[in-house]
Amino acid sequence: MTIFFDGIALGMLLFLISVGLSVTLGLMNFVNLAHGAFAMLGGYACTILLNRYGVPFLATLPVAMIVPAIAGVILERTLYRRLYAASDLDQVLFSIGLVFMAVAAAHYFFGSQQQPLHLPAYLSGQIHLPGLDIGVYRLFLVVVGLVVAVSLQWSVIKTPFGARLRASVDNQRVARGMGIDVNRVFSLTFALGSALAGLGGALGVQMLGLDPEFPVKYLVYFLIVVSVGGNGNILGSLYAGILLGVADVVGKYYVPQIGAFIIYAVMVATLIFRPHGLFGRAHK
Amino acid sequence: MTTPTMTAPAALDRFRLAARAKPLEYLFWCLPVIAYFAFPGNYLLLSQIAITGLFALSLDLIFGYAGIISLGHAAFFGAGAYTVGLLGTHGLGDPLLGLALAAACAGILGFLSSFLLLRGTNLSRLMVTLGVALMLYELANKFTNITGGVDGMPGVEVKPVLGLFDFDMFGRVGYLYSVAVLFVMFWLARRLVHSPFGQSLRGIRMNTLRMSALGVPVHSRLVTIYTIGAAYAGVAGALLAQTNQFVSLDTLGFQRSADLLLILILGGAGHLYGGLIGAIVYVVMNYFLSDMNPQYWQFWLGLILVLIVLFARGGILGTAMQWVESSRQRARTENSA
Repeated sequence: MTIFFDGIALGMLLFLISVGLSVTLGLMNFVNLAHGAFAMLGGYACTILLNRYGVPFLATLPVAMIVPAIAGVILERTLYRRLYAASDLDQVLFSIGLVFMAVAAAHYFFGSQQQPLHLPAYLSGQIHLPGLDIGVYRLFLVVVGLVVAVSLQWSVIKTPFGARLRASVDNQRVARGMGIDVNRVFSLTFALGSALAGLGGALGVQMLGLDPEFPVKYLVYFLIVVSVGGNGNILGSLYAGILLGVADVVGKYYVPQIGAFIIYAVMVATLIFRPHGLFGRAHK
Repeated sequence: MTTPTMTAPAALDRFRLAARAKPLEYLFWCLPVIAYFAFPGNYLLLSQIAITGLFALSLDLIFGYAGIISLGHAAFFGAGAYTVGLLGTHGLGDPLLGLALAAACAGILGFLSSFLLLRGTNLSRLMVTLGVALMLYELANKFTNITGGVDGMPGVEVKPVLGLFDFDMFGRVGYLYSVAVLFVMFWLARRLVHSPFGQSLRGIRMNTLRMSALGVPVHSRLVTIYTIGAAYAGVAGALLAQTNQFVSLDTLGFQRSADLLLILILGGAGHLYGGLIGAIVYVVMNYFLSDMNPQYWQFWLGLILVLIVLFARGGILGTAMQWVESSRQRARTENSA
């Protein structure tokens, strides 16, 4: 059971990081392989504040969201925007280029070692229940993940901003004609996605580790979450994240010989039999 | 009534003209010969260029001509390399036999995985290719008793080429051998893309729906070219294993696939020569830049990639051709004015 719960916590992390990618990929149709770089940025913002300046862990989280969000807006305004209409290939190449640059930059500024992270006392430790040991931090991850999932789903469906976003995605020209500032909507969405990635990156330092290769190492995981969950489907990403997290932790625990093989196989199989994801709707 | 019969041969002539070797091409193939005499101490680097060029050529066949995006082409490269490694450990070190079997293994793998690519969009193709490569990587990583896992397979036994030329430690024979293989494979690829089959691939890339309406069996064409591309990559991997006499796990890695895409885009996809030019630029740049600061050279790679996508869509070759074309046009308008 404990392992199962660890899997769910990992799944929440994957969801937090990937949901931003799901939004840019599914709603804005932009293949942003550099998404992990924003998560990495959030992670570094968190560890540096914590280790060098002694800022409390929870207080670093907002910064870990704001820094990638600002970086996201700047990049979106200057670079990404030019490529919205470009082919998938150009977007892929462009974002791989960004990943390379981010990895090298992280090497340069932070060194290649793993970043340490010391959790405050109230987040470490365990709760002992009959038959189930729950790490407090894992529980914290699950709660944060659920809160984010619910509020995101709510804001896309219920708020005026969500309506504008959906309108801009469905038909840019008409949305523009109706007086929606599509560019601004996209910028904000991109910033939001980056901020969530940053949050996930910061929260994930403890479970996933943090080093300059982070964006490459976990890229596949993010892509799997998005593709299995269905593009732009927030709840789908949540389910897919949990599924992947549990499969990964349980698989590596019980059958370490085949390791990550199962996950890749599942991804390929899903893409073949359900090209729109397990939870996706086939539209367009 | 007469126009179609008049235009059909005329159109064919155009293709035949395109298929004829141009003076610049002869010049290009002088380069390896010149390099042989000009840089006698650098045969290892030069053969690396030839091998990378062949690998890039294999991606160009499936991507530049058929339009299949792949982020996992290293799967076939690694398959070829491991084939040679395994043959070597079983005492079958004949280089040409190794090449043939590596091509066969990678080709079979490509044939099987090509069916996964027929469905779905560019994005899902990208992820399926990536997934297949990652699965192979994991397999090679875990089956340490066969592949050596992370340690790789050192000391792959390779017999002399044709039983005559033994691989020396300066890589002289290795270089000549790689260039010879590259030349033969290139010539075959050139025949292939200028054949009606190659033309139909271009058509598929431009407009798949229309080609299937014209009666072209799109699926089988894609399967065929993907298999051929995989076999080419297998030969490239085999060459690397034979000249280095070492197979490492990173022949299957994601980095290799991503770098390869960069090389092809840098040189210009869809011209055959683009991959070769990209390989020359990439390997030479790698050599000099990583001498200066090995860790940060990725930064420049990334920057180049971003700049190419934003400003020079055709890569080196495409941009050069555009430039020649536009200057020709300018000359024409000046003449007529």
